[in-house]
Amino acid sequence: MIRKLFVVLALPLMCAGTVSAADLTLNVEIPSLPVAEYHKPYVAIWVEGADQAIAANLAVWYQVRGDHTKWLPDLRQWWRRGGRDLKVPVDGLTGATRPVGQHLLKFDAKQAPLAQLKPGQYSLVVEAVREIGGREAVRIPFEWPIKAATQASAKGSKELGAVALSLNP
Amino acid sequence: MKHSFQKLDVLALVATLALLPGVSAAARAWILPSQTIIANSGGWVAFDTASADDLFSVNQGALPLDQLVITTPDGSAVEPQNAAKGRSRSIFDLELRKTGTYRVALAGDTVMARWEEEGKPKRWRGTPAEMAQNIPANAAKLEVEQMQRRIETYVTVGTPSEVKPVGAGLELVPLTHPNDLYAGESAKLKFLLDGRPAKDLEIEIVAGGTRYRDAPNETRVKTDKDGVVTVTWPAAGLYWVDASVEDEKATVPNVKKRRATYNATLEVLTQ
Repeated sequence: MIRKLFVVLALPLMCAGTVSAADLTLNVEIPSLPVAEYHKPYVAIWVEGADQAIAANLAVWYQVRGDHTKWLPDLRQWWRRGGRDLKVPVDGLTGATRPVGQHLLKFDAKQAPLAQLKPGQYSLVVEAVREIGGREAVRIPFEWPIKAATQASAKGSKELGAVALSLNP
Repeated sequence: MKHSFQKLDVLALVATLALLPGVSAAARAWILPSQTIIANSGGWVAFDTASADDLFSVNQGALPLDQLVITTPDGSAVEPQNAAKGRSRSIFDLELRKTGTYRVALAGDTVMARWEEEGKPKRWRGTPAEMAQNIPANAAKLEVEQMQRRIETYVTVGTPSEVKPVGAGLELVPLTHPNDLYAGESAKLKFLLDGRPAKDLEIEIVAGGTRYRDAPNETRVKTDKDGVVTVTWPAAGLYWVDASVEDEKATVPNVKKRRATYNATLEVLTQ
């Protein structure tokens, strides 16, 4: 009886373990900039397909307080590739701007928005634009689904610092 | 417009100049939007319109706004606000209440006539409908010309929508959306004359900021059999598109000669 109960309990736990193992982890650095007037950047992070369309939106940070969505088109690539088709705010996607520093983001491969990705070549894109500052986008190519643990990185030259992508099967 | 100068006879040129006070026949006509891509409905865009060779400097003549036609994304028309005609430019504001693409156009269809009365030259310009009561039936040495003019720009709120052709005169049907133009990428522009592909049409494209460079740097391309040109934008910025046709296919009764012109202001962004 006790053994039976153990099996019943353990089965879903084991399944849950394998489901949550595969993930895409990102570390995005917003650099400290020696400027007189600093505003936290608007940032869009997405997975770009081979056709350059947005395959999955991962994060959009903008000034949520007040009506500041009018500046979202300044995230020029994100806007043209599909940002303009979204009605913000979007639960689990949009959020407030982030300060200077490292920002860790983790996405489960088996859950939205990554679960819908078809096998193929993709790029992780991080685009940042700053009020009275510049705009920059960095890309990290990767293959989907995740076959082996992979680390890749890119570095922005001004508006973005190091961007590290870690894929865990 | 400059390259077709030799096609116009001197008399026509003098007549044109005389009929458009303050605006020389050679001046480039344009509508300049303050921005072309807007996030949300409810915003405003300001426009300057002028007839000035320096792109896009307000240093020559204003364009009157009586032929202004603004088409909203659903095809209906909307009136501008705060419209005013100055010495060197006209201005107006557009309130963007809908999502999609707005076409802002100065579209004219007029008739120009020259004739002689008792040995003296006479001329008249007006709409085709007013022609009969303004030109004497027995006018001597009568020369009549139809002038179809379309000066445009486009503004998009949110997701771009299709720009539908008008079907009259010379016009652009952008196969690549006019608010989706990026440096280093190519765009397909289709030109129609009376709603049909305008083949072998010379298109001139000039980047804005002419005052800050020595060379005009204009690009000339010819449309293919489908009326299409493919343009690769060398850099981000504002561009002026110019095309004109002179033929004997006037769409006004009792008129043969026709001159149809098209101009657009397009904004190209960095990738």
